[in-house]
Amino acid sequence: MHARADTAAEQAASWPNEIFAVLQRFEVRQVPYVPDAGHSQLIARVLASPGMCGIPLTTEEEGVALLVGAWAGGQRGVLLMQSSGVGNCINMLSLTQVFRFPFLTLVTMRGEWGEFNPWQVPMGSSTQAAFELCGVRVLRASHPAEVREVVEAAAAQAYNACTPTAVLLSQRLIGAKEFTK
Amino acid sequence: MSKANLLDRRRVVSALLADRKEALVVGGLGAATYDIAAAGDHARNLYLWGAMGGAVMIGLGLALAQPQLPVVIITGDGEMLMGMGGLATVGLQKPANLSIIVLDNECYGETGGQMSHTAASTDLVGIARACGIQNVHAISTLGEVEAFAKTLQDVAAGPRFASVKIDSANLERVLSSRDGNFILNRLRGSLGLNPM
Repeated sequence: MHARADTAAEQAASWPNEIFAVLQRFEVRQVPYVPDAGHSQLIARVLASPGMCGIPLTTEEEGVALLVGAWAGGQRGVLLMQSSGVGNCINMLSLTQVFRFPFLTLVTMRGEWGEFNPWQVPMGSSTQAAFELCGVRVLRASHPAEVREVVEAAAAQAYNACTPTAVLLSQRLIGAKEFTK
Repeated sequence: MSKANLLDRRRVVSALLADRKEALVVGGLGAATYDIAAAGDHARNLYLWGAMGGAVMIGLGLALAQPQLPVVIITGDGEMLMGMGGLATVGLQKPANLSIIVLDNECYGETGGQMSHTAASTDLVGIARACGIQNVHAISTLGEVEAFAKTLQDVAAGPRFASVKIDSANLERVLSSRDGNFILNRLRGSLGLNPM
């Protein structure tokens, strides 16, 4: 569905491990996700971790609701998704304002950097604005060297200041999917 | 279609919650939330007034975080239809302490009684079973409700799902708090957890 050709650079990328380390440090326990190739390394780390519960979803809005229940029960969570999935979450994002619970999401971007598939462009172009309309602060990481500190800042403001926050992981960071060689 | 002998929703919910003990209860928006409030306000009630389609997933997050406590979701057929994918997600996680009860009046009572899919064609019990929830029940009598209520305390035999056919009478609304942050922090407090 959201496949992306693996490249040598992606396989060797260390930033997914750095994200995993930040999530561990903040004691994140529930990790709902709709798979994206850009999140594949992180998802594999989560599923292999005894301290975290990786939870595959059928649609991204499920993850917003799940994180309310997780927090009500005393656990922190983070939602992993692709930019197209952000549109699926709109009404459920109301919960961040109604409940004021710590909300953090990490979003891999499509449709913004060397995109081949025009179907990814409309939602990718409005991802940030959609979040901001819904009251979610947006931070962005475009280069491998800045991922750790951006995710760390996002986690800190989400979990310590209860500020709903999304980190957009740029398509430039992840690499455009190759459809043709 | 005959609507004779269908159950009264308030009696169903009262029976489900009469001996709730330590259970955490999530109510889907609309009449299910009023029914839970009518059965008695409780610090462990998480009332929803919106987020249609989210009740099952909120219950799942709670069940995974508190595996030793019974978590009971009570919602309507319309709310359940909007979040049916959540049954697949529950079927995958299989939280043994989670119970899902749909109060099925086969219509959207809050908006004028328009028919829902369950009136004609959709079988929610079949869907739950096909999603991997093996402990499923189609309930139509108060005796079955009372027997099912006793099983809610068993946190090792879920997830379980029940559809209870109820009559479509619009009852007087019993209004719970609709301050989400208050409801959330009250529930957390009952678990010994601080606000943020």
